[in-house]
Formats: sequence, C-alpha cells, structure tokens
Amino acid sequence: MMNTFVVYVENKPGVLTRVASLFRRRAFNIDSLTVGRTEKPEVSRMTITADADRDQARRIEANLYKLVNVLLVENITNQPAIVRDLAMIKVAATHEARSHVLELASVFRARVVDVAPDSLTIEITGAEDKIDGLLEVLRPYGVLEMVRTGIVAMRRGSKSPNMAATASNFAQVVADDDVSYSV
Amino acid sequence: MTKTGAQILWECLERERVSHVFGYPGGAILPAYDALKHSKIHHVLVRHEQGATHMADGYARAGGEVGVAVATSGPGATNMVTGIATAMLDSSPIVCITGQVGSKLIGSDAFQETDITGVTLPITKHNYLVTHASELARTIREAFYVARSGRPGPVLVDITKDAQQTSCEFDWEAAKPQLPGYRPDLSPDAKEYEQALELIQKAKRPVILAGHGIIVSGAMQDVRTFAERTGIPVALTLLGIGAFPASHPLNLGMMGMHGEAWVNHTIQEADLLLAFGMRFDDRVTGNLKTYAPNARKIHVEIDPAEINKNVKVDVALVGDLREVLHELLPHVNTVDRSEWLDFIDQLKGDAAVRDIQNLPDNGHLYAAHVINDLWRETRDADTIVVTDVGQHQMWEAQYYKHDRARSLITSGGLGTMGFALPAAIGAKVARPEAEVWAIVGDGGFQMTMAELATVVQENLKVNIAIINNGFLGMVRQWQEFFYERNYAATPLLNPDFVKLGEAYGIRSVAVTQRSEVVPAVQAARRHDGPVLINFKVEQEDTVYPMVAAGASLHEMIRRPSPIVETAADE
Ligand SMILES: Cc1cc2nc3c(=O)[nH]c(=O)nc-3n(C[C@H](O)[C@H](O)[C@H](O)COP(=O)(O)OP(=O)(O)OC[C@H]3O[C@@H](n4cnc5c(N)ncnc54)[C@H](O)[C@@H]3O)c2cc1C
Ligand SMILES: Cc1ncc(C[n+]2csc(CCOP(=O)(O)OP(=O)(O)O)c2C)c(N)n1
Ligand SMILES: [Mg+2]
Repeated sequence: MMNTFVVYVENKPGVLTRVASLFRRRAFNIDSLTVGRTEKPEVSRMTITADADRDQARRIEANLYKLVNVLLVENITNQPAIVRDLAMIKVAATHEARSHVLELASVFRARVVDVAPDSLTIEITGAEDKIDGLLEVLRPYGVLEMVRTGIVAMRRGSKSPNMAATASNFAQVVADDDVSYSV
Repeated sequence: MTKTGAQILWECLERERVSHVFGYPGGAILPAYDALKHSKIHHVLVRHEQGATHMADGYARAGGEVGVAVATSGPGATNMVTGIATAMLDSSPIVCITGQVGSKLIGSDAFQETDITGVTLPITKHNYLVTHASELARTIREAFYVARSGRPGPVLVDITKDAQQTSCEFDWEAAKPQLPGYRPDLSPDAKEYEQALELIQKAKRPVILAGHGIIVSGAMQDVRTFAERTGIPVALTLLGIGAFPASHPLNLGMMGMHGEAWVNHTIQEADLLLAFGMRFDDRVTGNLKTYAPNARKIHVEIDPAEINKNVKVDVALVGDLREVLHELLPHVNTVDRSEWLDFIDQLKGDAAVRDIQNLPDNGHLYAAHVINDLWRETRDADTIVVTDVGQHQMWEAQYYKHDRARSLITSGGLGTMGFALPAAIGAKVARPEAEVWAIVGDGGFQMTMAELATVVQENLKVNIAIINNGFLGMVRQWQEFFYERNYAATPLLNPDFVKLGEAYGIRSVAVTQRSEVVPAVQAARRHDGPVLINFKVEQEDTVYPMVAAGASLHEMIRRPSPIVETAADE
C-alpha cells in the first residue's frame, strides 16, 4: 500500500542524502520524494511516498526518527489531506489535433504554457490520478516529453504540526478531530 | 577567550572527560597534533587506524565512557571504516575525529581527500563535517551527547585543516548542543505497562532474554531483582553475557546459534519471552517462521526501530531498560515456577552436571579446556576477557563463566576479526586495575597483530592467548558441515608466534599439552608485563551445538558424543 509521509527536517547540508540513504540502506522503496522550504527558514519539508504495509510504515517512521536531523514525521496516508502533483506534458499537436488537445486540457483544468508549431506544453496540478487521467487521454496524440514533480501534501484543517512533542508518537496514528474540508 | 580550532578540539575533549585518545597523525590532522602539547590528554600512537577504532571501542565497552579515535584524512579515515561499522552494530559509543583537506579544496580531489562523512553515513549514528573553528565546540559536544545517549553508537567528526588552524572565540557554556529533532528519552505509557504486567502475571512458562542493552542501561541489579522476584529464568545473548551472573541458579546460559540445546528448547517451549535490551539478531532466533511459536512477546527496547523488525511482539515498552524495570518491579510478585523450572532441568539432563574440566582429553589439547582452565584460574580476579571472532569466541562464550557485566568484550554484530588485540588494549587503558586477557584465533590475530608494538610502547599488562588451530577454524567448520569438507583457503601458514612476540619484547611461550595450561596461565599472571601464550590446540575441532544458518532454533547439530569435542568425530 502506498504511504505518504510528511517529514520535517533541519535545513542543513546533507540532510536529503541522509534520508535517501536510509531508504536505500533499509531496502524501503521510495516512490517519490520532494523537498522544499517551509514557513520556517531553518526547517525543510519533505513529502515521501513509499510502498509499505502497516508494520513497514511504522518502521520507516521509526527509522526516520533515528536520523538526528529529522524533526517530525507524519504518516498522513489515512488522513484527510491535500495532495498535489505537478506535471508538464509536451504533446505532439499538429494543426488538426491542436483543438482536440486544447479541449482536453480545459476539461482537466490544465493550462497551456508553451505553444510551438507542432507541439503544445501543458501544465497540470492536481492529485496523482487526475494527472494520470490527463496523460491517458493525451497519449494517443503523442507525448513527446513529460515531467512530474512528485507529490507534496498537507493535512487539512487548522492543526499545524507540533515539533516539540513528537518522536514518541512514532507508533501512534494521529487522531485529527478538527478537520475542515475544502474543494 | 580566543583559541585555535585545534586547541578548542582538545579542550572540548577534556571537558567531555576524555583522558586517552587512540590515533595516528597525518597532514590534514597535523594542526590538532601540534596543539596536543597543551593538553592533559594522553595520546596512544597506534599502528593502524583500524586499531585505533577498536581500542576506542574496547575502552568504551570496558569503562562505559565514550572512546575516542583520531586519524588523518583520506587513507587514515578510510582505515577507520571497519572499526566504525563494528561499533555501530554493537551500539558502542565512540567518537572518531578525522582531519580533512582545507575547506576551499573540498570537492577538488585534493591530495588525501576522501568524502569520509559520505563514506561513513550509513555506519555512524551521526556524523559531521566542520569547516569553521567556530562550529567546533558545539559539534564536539553534540558528538559526545549523541554517541552516549539513547542507543549509543559511533559519531564521526571530520574537521578541515583550516578549521583547526583558524582562531575564534571559545565559550564552552554557549556551545550547548542544539539537536531539536533528537529525542533519546522515550518512555512507555501506562497502558503499555498494564498490558505487559498482565502478560507477565498470566505466563506459565516465561523466559527473560537478556541482551547487551542491560549493560548499556546499567540495569544488571534490576534485572536480577526482577528475575528473582518473579522466578523467571534468564537466557543471554552473546553480548548480554555478564549482564546476569553465570553462577546464578536462574541463569540458563547463551541462546542462539551456539547456545546450549536446552536454552534454545526452553525458548521454543516458552509461553512468554521478555526481551530486555536485545534485538533478536538472526544468530539468536534462527528461522523466524518457527521461532518461539507459542510465546507472547514483550520487548523492552530503547530504539523504536527495533520493534517488530525481526520478531513481531505483543507489547513494546520503548524506553531505557532501567527506568522501565523500575516501573514494573513494584507490580510483579513471586510466583511458584517449580513446574517450569523442573521441565527446564529435564531438558538439561545430565548436561547440567557435566563439567568439561573432568572430561577426558585423551592426550589432545582442546580449546574448550584451555578456556575453561583459564576461567578457573582467573575467575576470582577482576578479569576482562576480550575475544576475537571465530570458534575460540564461541568456546569462550560457552566455557568462560562470566559473573560481571563488561567482563566480556567481543564483536558480535559485525563479527570483526582483528578486534581482540586492539580492543584489549583499549580495555586495559580504560580499566588499568583489571586483568585483561585477549583470546584470539591464529587468523584474526594476524589481522591486527601490529598493535603488539602499541602494547609494548604503552607498557600495558595485556595477556594474549592465541588459540592456534592452524585454520580459519569457524570457516573450516562451515566447510565441514555444509561444503563436504572442502577446506578451500582455510588452512593457515602461521609465523612462529613465540618468536614474533619476543621480537616485540613480549614474554612469549607455546603450550602444547593440557598439563602446561595452568602453569602457563599462572606464570603469565605473575609476570609484570604483557605475555603471549601460543596454545597449539586440536586442529579440526568443532563448536557444538550449532543451529545451521536459517534452521529452526530447536534443530541443533548436537555434540556427537558427551566428550567435549572431537577431532575424533570422523
Ligand atoms: C561467530 C559468531 C557467532 C555468534 N553466535 C551467537 C549465538 O550463538 N548467540 C548469540 O546470542 N549471539 C551470537 N552472535 C552475536 C550476534 O551476532 C549478535 O551480536 C548478538 O546476538 C547481539 O546481542 P544483543 O541483541 O544483546 O546486543 P546488541 O546487538 O548490542 O543489541 C542491544 C539492543 O539493546 C538496545 N538497548 C541499548 N541500550 C538500551 C537501554 N538503555 N535500554 C533498553 N534497550 C537498550 C539496543 O537498541 C539494541 O537493540 C554471534 C556472533 C558471531 C561473530
Ligand atoms: C574481517 C573478517 N574477515 C572474514 C571473516 C569471516 N570469518 C569468520 S570466523 C573466521 C575464521 C577465524 O579464524 P581464526 O581467527 O583462526 O579463529 P578460529 O575460528 O580458528 O578460532 C573467518 C575467516 C570475519 N569474520 N572477519
Ligand atoms: Mg584458527
């Protein structure tokens, strides 16, 4: 089962290597990993998806906590969360195909970001399956190039992570009661 | 006060209670060596950086304080890798200091540049690259804190040459560790304690699995109180040996691959396992599918990542063992376990009364006899035995009866040949008042025997017992069992170890007869200087019993006869 972890780490050189190396060393399989800045300059945030059963997922969490630079790990797999992936897709679009491709893009609320004589580049943000869906329908026209960022995720609701009271919750599934849903 | 990075380094080490470091100089660490003259720390010059790491490890395991090894960049640093990995797998607190090329040269493939933080990333608990003198004090403080707290382990601090040379303001107080994500102090919650107590109350056939974590935690007395109050028998891992007295009536002995059959059968028959600071290594469990099938399991363990790693447990008490036992002790009570203990006694059978001292040797010199005799001679002293890896290591575990924690030091998890001699040096430095014996195979001894020079140079009274069987014995044993006695690359051509010892100025003797063992040991103990004894033992001797790798714990290859071991078994 695919698990999604949000990992807060100290923003220091080499921390990404430590996290990646951990997954390699323990033979856990990373499906996607993104890393970026957060509201705090000293903290970076990673979203990692990995295929793991419940026990393995706990061990991944516990092992992440063993890295001295890891501040907080949240397994948000079973939590209400906003999950987004961004893709850029370059599609072959000659004169007659062009309008079809544009139509499909608009159905998926994707944007055209570059136009060339025989291709269009489409940018789409959304949950992974939405992007998979767009890719599926574009494929017959000829996908010339594609890149995806891998997902970033955030729990819904006003609760923000409490980095002071963490590590011990490695095995607990956080119960979130004040959830607000948005579109 | 303004100081150079090099001065700050030594001052910080002093403040971390370091009295000795084990090291080897070179270009990138020279500024640090130059500043050593201002320090009270005694530097032990080793003969190979691997030796320095094992010495630091032996120092840590014998005395409980963090051991320190120092090396230069490049080859000096890479020579430390084996020792670091050894300390990592056995949770031993060491700090390795390496010099690094100047910070401006990093990444340029400069002379003797190795990315040692990259190389050691998976084999350290944590590591650091320090490029500014101003980062040094806090880094050293963090390194020691990380190495010794929680589940201990090796920490490497790589310091660029310019960081050693430049000066900055030094303020120890201000350089407090800043480790916002590091929390070594977990503890179980009340519900988990209740669940554990309920299992303990209900158990009819419980066994304590006593591991190295007991020693790390300093929980020897608490475990003993717990065992005595509950009447639960205790089986030990190799690294747990000494955590519970061998002479205690509730002691069963070592479990696992070369544990006695009754210990493993007891575990297989148990209805509750209480794992105290042990990590269910594969040499302990055998085949996981058939491991202790009827037992509920309670795991007391400081490292959450160990929970359910190899063996799925019913209750995990994540925290320091000593603290956990303090919580449990008031709630456990005395139970009559005579039925269970009688059952175990039956498993032991006459093996329980078998005393290998009195078993006939038929004119052979058996390693088991040598070790057992050595134990009889040294049992009343404050003795530390340091073993290498192989058959002699297992015979030591079986026939030397340890009553005290930290009286056996051995490489368990990595099984590093070459460990014993340098680790014995470290142990002697940490515990000068102790009687230190290195028991080492003829193969492993030759991996680090260059450190004989260190023994002499430091004037250390370390006794070295070479169990010389002319083979890489443990590998030969596997070839005997699993490769149709095809002894490929296991017979050894050895130097004359007596002459070798003498070349270093070490009193050295050879022993070939059982009758010479005790006199040689006594003479060695009387001599006030290091002694080397070359015990020329039976060559094709076998360690029994044995659980073949991957086999179930109760499927042991048993001794072919009640006689100790046999060259005569063919
Ligand atoms: C040739 C050879 C043969 C071997 N045969 C055997 C054999 O027959 N039987 C055997 O037992 N071993 C054998 N070993 C050793 C084996 O490989 C392991 O090293 C050993 O079993 C590990 O013991 P351990 O789990 O007690 O110690 P460690 O591996 O050191 O684990 C200690 C555990 O305690 C935890 N801990 C640390 N501090 C605390 C604390 N304060 N509170 C709570 N928990 C803590 C740690 O997190 C860790 O999980 C053999 C090794 C070799 C080389
Ligand atoms: C550095 C290293 N290389 C190889 C091994 C594999 N190995 C395990 S035991 C052993 C034989 C040890 O021989 P010796 O030191 O003579 O001890 P004996 O088994 O004969 O008592 C070997 C080669 C190892 N454990 N460590
Ligand atoms: Mg040998």
